Amino acid sequence: MIVRVDGEELVTESGRTVAGLLLALGRVSWRTTRGGGRPRGVFCGIGVCHDCLVVVNGAADVRACQRLVRDGDDIRTQDGAELPA
Amino acid sequence: MSGPGVAGPVVVIGGGPAGMAAARAAARLGVRVLLVDSGAMLGGQYHRQNSLAGRDLFALPPGVEHLPHTVVWALEPVPGGGHRVHLRTGPADGPGRTGREVGTRALVLATGAYDRALPFPGWDLPGVYTAGAAQALAKGQGVRVGERVLVAGTGPFLLPVAASLTAAGAGVAGVLEAAEPVTAWLRRPAGAVAGWRKFGELAGYAALLARHRIPYRRRTAVVAAHGTDRVEAVTTARLTPGWETVPGSERRVEADAVCVGFGFVPQVETALAAGCALDGGFVAVDAAQATSVPGVFAAGELTGVGGAGPAAAEGEVAGVAAAKLLGARPAPPAAALRRVRAGRGFAAALARAYPVRDGWRTWLADDTLVCRCEEVPYGELRRSVQEREALGVRAVKLVSRAGLGQCQGRVCGPNVACLTGVPDAAAFARRPIASPVRLGELAEPPPAEPEPGT
Repeated sequence: MIVRVDGEELVTESGRTVAGLLLALGRVSWRTTRGGGRPRGVFCGIGVCHDCLVVVNGAADVRACQRLVRDGDDIRTQDGAELPA
Repeated sequence: MSGPGVAGPVVVIGGGPAGMAAARAAARLGVRVLLVDSGAMLGGQYHRQNSLAGRDLFALPPGVEHLPHTVVWALEPVPGGGHRVHLRTGPADGPGRTGREVGTRALVLATGAYDRALPFPGWDLPGVYTAGAAQALAKGQGVRVGERVLVAGTGPFLLPVAASLTAAGAGVAGVLEAAEPVTAWLRRPAGAVAGWRKFGELAGYAALLARHRIPYRRRTAVVAAHGTDRVEAVTTARLTPGWETVPGSERRVEADAVCVGFGFVPQVETALAAGCALDGGFVAVDAAQATSVPGVFAAGELTGVGGAGPAAAEGEVAGVAAAKLLGARPAPPAAALRRVRAGRGFAAALARAYPVRDGWRTWLADDTLVCRCEEVPYGELRRSVQEREALGVRAVKLVSRAGLGQCQGRVCGPNVACLTGVPDAAAFARRPIASPVRLGELAEPPPAEPEPGT
């Protein structure tokens, strides 16, 4: 399947979580915090800590460790608190 | 198919060892079962399956409807008995999930537990993971979290994590155990005997560490992580029996990842929503796994941390009891009840052998974040107690903002409770919305809903 990560198209297999995909690409962070603008990525890995939030198909605050990638997904780094457009 | 006089369904929340066993036991007695799980595949955290493999190793009998990718976001009692379970099914946290409400008079909670992480300077840097994250990524995705990884914390779970990391190709630079586990086990031989099979597993891990020349150090911890945008090195230190660092024992170790786990926190929000009484932070149950609330059973790590075997035994007992409540006439599950008793002994011994000691507080600096979501540093939390006299959980949350962020105190709750000395630590886990839902989902008209017992 084909997905886009921060605008770049790439091929991946089904069964990957968004976090698994991003880590396999060598990225350790894809979100900045609301207050300090500090980088965050996976922490708990099982959907508890909400640190790995990412924007998927325009919807912010998706837990990257819980969301399985789907064909055509548009995955984007999340900057602080993103409100719906 | 329901047997004569058996009303269903039994609703089981959680697809790990306890939930699967509960579903199987109830279905075997002819009761319809709905098993709800947030994962794509059965197994939970213990038996996490590789989701790239494309096939599910677990199968449930006919009579069990398995709802994967499904979260319980609210649970409410129904006047006259039973509970209404509010579900969303679909891609995690997405706006397009399907809503469903299910009524049940026999609810089995098997929601498991997650790693407890203690704060230390730099623990918010990318590259610091919980031990469970490393495990889930290695087993579920074949992804290693680093090339040179330290595993640190307390408890036997650190060993399978080191094993999974090694299998995924990571270099494990060491396993640091904060406790003095060998002597702690020996002082309580009864519990050790209850867990004798675990000793076989531990011997296997010891051999693996030796084969890969991975050092295992007791009374040692990672007390700081360093780096600008990610972990580049950590400080390790020897610990006193109370877990304060031994002055002069600090060592800087190059590493690109550190995995920490200090035991487990039970996932109690649905149990609290149902009104179940807790005992020592875990859900209190009787011999039939019944909670303090009629029609609600709990099994697995929710009731105490003993591993997959005891969890499955508790699940079986809970499933039988739930089916019985709905009119089935089972024989007592004698073998499972024996395994539950042994498992409780083992869980108690485990808790005694690997306590979290108060000295971890001395690892914190004033600017160490305690609440990762709201970015509340230790100094600010202390001031909110000392200068603004925030003494209860609600006051501490409102004054300091700790526990008010995205994770709703799941990570910081137990630690904030220790640091502030608030009396009702479980209050951090009271979350009427048990799992995130979008406002658009709440605005949808409620789905058509069958009444309990139909």
